[in-house]
Order: sequence, then structure tokens, then C-alpha cells
Amino acid sequence: MTSSLRLRAGLLSIALLAAFLGIWHLATRSTATVAAMNPEYAKLMGLTATQGKSAMPGPLDVGAKLWEHLRRPFYDNGPNDKGLGIQLGYSIARVGTGYLLAVLVAIPLGFLIGMSPLLSKALDPFIQVLKPISPLAWMPLALYTIKDSSISAIFVIFICSVWPMLLNTAFGVASVRKEWINVARTLEVGTIRRAFTVILPAAAPTILTGMRISIGIAWLVIVAAEMLVGGTGIGYFVWNEWNNLSITNVIIAILLIGLVGMLLDQILARFTRMVTFPE
Amino acid sequence: MVTDKFISIEGIAKRYPGAGGGTTAVFENLWLSMARGEFACVIGHSGCGKTTVLNILAGLDTPSAGAVVVDGQAIEGTSLDRAVIFQSHALLPWRTVLGNVAYAVSSKWRKWERARVRAHAQTFIDLVGLTGSEHKHPSELSGGMKQRVGIARALSITPKIMLMDEPFSALDALTRGTLQDEVRRICLETGQTAFMITHDVDEAIYLADKIFLMTNGPGAVLAEVVENPLPKDRGRSDLHRHPLYYALRNHIIDFLVSRSRSFATEKPDHDPRKVPLVHVGKPGLTIASSGDEQRQTRIPPTNPGLTG
Ligand SMILES: Nc1ncnc2c1ncn2[C@@H]1O[C@H](COP(=O)(O)OP(=O)(O)OP(=O)(O)O)[C@@H](O)[C@H]1O
Ligand SMILES: [Mg+2]
Repeated sequence: MTSSLRLRAGLLSIALLAAFLGIWHLATRSTATVAAMNPEYAKLMGLTATQGKSAMPGPLDVGAKLWEHLRRPFYDNGPNDKGLGIQLGYSIARVGTGYLLAVLVAIPLGFLIGMSPLLSKALDPFIQVLKPISPLAWMPLALYTIKDSSISAIFVIFICSVWPMLLNTAFGVASVRKEWINVARTLEVGTIRRAFTVILPAAAPTILTGMRISIGIAWLVIVAAEMLVGGTGIGYFVWNEWNNLSITNVIIAILLIGLVGMLLDQILARFTRMVTFPE
Repeated sequence: MVTDKFISIEGIAKRYPGAGGGTTAVFENLWLSMARGEFACVIGHSGCGKTTVLNILAGLDTPSAGAVVVDGQAIEGTSLDRAVIFQSHALLPWRTVLGNVAYAVSSKWRKWERARVRAHAQTFIDLVGLTGSEHKHPSELSGGMKQRVGIARALSITPKIMLMDEPFSALDALTRGTLQDEVRRICLETGQTAFMITHDVDEAIYLADKIFLMTNGPGAVLAEVVENPLPKDRGRSDLHRHPLYYALRNHIIDFLVSRSRSFATEKPDHDPRKVPLVHVGKPGLTIASSGDEQRQTRIPPTNPGLTG
């Protein structure tokens, strides 16, 4: 039953993809038939039709270009001409660094907030104000103080990924079932051991959910951040190719951004499943 | 009561902030004591404060007034000497059966190496009849099996006192019976002092040496201590054949049905420090802590013909 459902869903996905590519192809193909068209009809259709070839690349153009990129992902011909692999590598490295720093700050701090009602209340107004600030709004301040565009981008990633992790960790820790804590208390388990043997495993699914939300946001933000700071990275690549009017490359970059984002999400989803326990 | 007081609850109270800014007391000035090796059951209606008393005894909760003395020392917080079997079993779901018991064992004996901890835990898993399930997670166990793990965990640290909060209330009659037998056997064999909350009168009669009857809250009091007249070697199946069984049972049920509600108005001079000790059906042996006529209690057996 489920396997047949999966099979049918898969077939439908493929059909939808084929339909999308087909429509795309039809919409953008060079209209060689224009010449044979009724001139009056051509007039009616306006410039696009009479021009013949659309400015928008078709799926075949994109496919050919993608193949070219995939064959040489890591070439480096100076600042404005690097392989897509290198550009993605830069972006992933920035996201990874900012994200790891955020993990190092958010999880211990979230633990403290979750365990101490005093800290939770005292820090709440700050968190409430800082959380809704768009991470990009920090950029000028970061550039001014740090004076390094690459580190500024990492800082922006740090800022945007810290909140979901912090709030989820604090929530997960604060809502550990009282009876589990009581088990540890009746066994005279010390605070540190209790934190690692009871609170951490109990809160891990919530913490990992926060981490999964964070990695998604970080990947959204890196593209915009790199468009702003320039130099390297997939966001810069998109902007640069737009300036070169290479829509084909922009489409390829969009596709790759989506794929990498999905991959990052899947990795975190797997970790989440690993720490989730059935009750 | 001039027995040796292994556990002595001395004038404890528990108050919570009330609705109108004042405080409501779950109970005030509660006195209760137990001898070493004694098995006591507490019976009372829902909300009268039984769990609160047990949590205070365990050290999980602190009283608003009064103190608890165990083995001559006022308790401060929890202790490995007082094991708790929780009503909701409270197993750690990310650990296996063995992991849950081993967690308790390694908490008590921190220096033991892994193999020794596991071996010790395994003996107690075997004891409660869970051999073969040690690598299952709690979610893969039935309610009765989970409760057994809770019992194994509590026993594995060889406590001096077992505190049990309605440990069998969620179980079917058959499983409950088996576990009652096991707990009774283990407590008798190890000379355990046990304090158990229950809503099941038969369970109390089967297990307890002493039954504490609590009136309804708020402002609950310990109304009576009923001594169990049944012989120590009683069996669960022939319990109801004992001549004093029905007298005892009726006495407790009477209390639950009517006197638990009307107690405060009927006995306004109830002295919480001298709670009447009731002996069911022993002619002439009417006990009250003082000579006070009001507190003298004697309940005749229902079928006197059988009394030896
Ligand atoms: N945090 C709290 N704030 C206010 N009142 C509380 C709090 N915790 C418990 N109570 C009150 O204390 C009383 C006793 O609660 P307790 O859990 O000890 O009852 P119980 O006798 O164990 O009942 P049950 O048989 O249903 O388990 C209840 O009436 C409850 O309303
Ligand atoms: Mg209770």
C-alpha cells in the first residue's frame, strides 16, 4: 500500500518535472516558424515573437552549461572566474563557520537559560528585541567594526542562526519532564552528570530541531550576504552573472543553491532522527 | 506508640498560595511514624495530599513546616537510601531496560566498572522476571513490564526504605497480583521498610502491616492508623477467607465512604500527635494513645463464629 503510494508519487514527480521542462522548452525555444507566420499574427504577438529567440535560456542551454560546469567545478581563473565548486565551497565554509560558532554559543547559553528561571527572565527582553532583526541589518555595523567582508559574512550567519538554537535549547531544557529530573535527584546524581545524562538526551530532539531551523535560515541568508559583500561565494556568483547578463548561469546557481540547502537540511534531519526517542 | 521510630514525620505542613492571596494548607501538623521493616499503606481520597507526603519523605519536596527524621537524622533532600517507585514509572525512554537499571546502579556505586554495574543490574532485572527484555526500550514494553523495571531500578540500589506512589494502579488485575506478590516477597526477604500509597483496599490489606487513613483535603489529617490483624504469612488467594478480613475491609471502606468527609466535624478534638491505633476485631484490645473515651475503637468481626 505505502510502497505503491511511493511509486505513484515518484511517477507523478517525474511527470511534473517532464511537463515543467517541456513547457519551459516550448516557451523559450527559438521560434524558427516565425518567418512562416502570418505577418499580421506576428504583428499581434509583438516583439518577442518576431525576435525569434527568447532572451530566456531554455532547458537545453542550461543543461549544456551545467554539464560544462560539472566537468570543471574547481577551476580558478582569477577573482571573477572561478568554478562553481569553489564558489559553493566558499559559501559552505562561511555557513559552517558561522553556524558552528552559533552552536558553541547558543547551546551552553540555552542550557543556562533553560535551567535558571532568573536568567530566563533577565535575558528575555534582550532576546525579544534582537531576534526579529534581519541579519542583514547587522552587515554595515559588522563591516565597520570587523573591517573584513568575509568575517562580516560569517558574523551575519552567526547572528541569524543563533536565535532558533538558543530558544529551542532553552525551551527543550526547561520542559524536560519533572519525573526524569526526580529520578536523577532520588539517585543523588550531581548537577553536571544530570545535565549530561538526563537533560541533554531529553532535550536533544528539541535542540536538534532548532539546529535544523538555523541551518535553513543560514543558507537563506548567506546568498544575500555574499551579494552584499562580494568577492567569493555562490551569492556573489549569482550577482556577478546577473551583471554579465548570463541568465543561464543564474539559473544553474539557483538550482545548486536549492540542492545544497536540501542536502544540509537532510543531514540535520538525520541527526534529529538519531536523537529522537519513542515514548 | 512507643515503637522504635525508624521513620518519624514530625508535624509537617504543606501550604500553597491560595486563590485570594492567602494560603491553603494541603495538611497541617501531620505526625506519623514507622518502625524498621514495617510495611505501611496510605489510603485517602484523591487530592488529600498523599503524594505530597511521599515526596516530602523522599526529599523531592520540602515541607512548609515540620521535619522528617529517618534513622535518627532529619532528612535534607533526596538520598540513595530512600528509593522511589513512581506512579508513572518514570523510566528514561532513551535508555534500555538494562540502561535504566544500570543508571541507578552506577549512581550508587560510582567507582564500579561497567561489567560489574551491568552484572548487578542484570540480577535485579532477573529478579523481577524481565530476563530477555534487557535490551528493549521502555516504548517496547507493556505497562506491567515498565513498572517492573521501575521496581528493579528501586531495588537495585538496595535502599533502606522503599517509597511507592500507587505503583500498580495502572495495571490489570493479574499483573497487579503478580507484582504485589513479588514486592511483598522482596520486602519480607530484605527486611525493607516500605511506604506505599494505594487506592486499592485489598492491596493495602494484603501488603500492609499498618494502614494510614487520611481524611479529605484541604486540611487533611491522619485520622487513624489501622493495624492489620491478618497473619504475616497470609496468601493473596485465601485473604478473603480470614475471619477478620471483612471487618477490616468494611472498616476502611466505611472510612472512605463517609468518615473521611465528616471526620473534621465529628472529631473536633482530634490530636494529630496521638492518632488512634485501631485493632480490628480483637475483643478487649481497644487502643487509644490516651485514656480518652472518644478515641477508643473496637470493631467487631463480621462473622464472629469463625473467630478462633
Ligand atoms: N503546585 C501546587 N500548587 C497548589 N496546589 C497544589 C500544588 N501541588 C499540589 N497541590 C494541591 O495539593 C493537594 C494534594 O496533592 P497530592 O498530589 O499530594 O494529592 P494525592 O493525595 O496524591 O492525590 P491522588 O490520589 O489523586 O494522587 C491537591 O489538592 C493539590 O490541589
Ligand atoms: Mg498522588
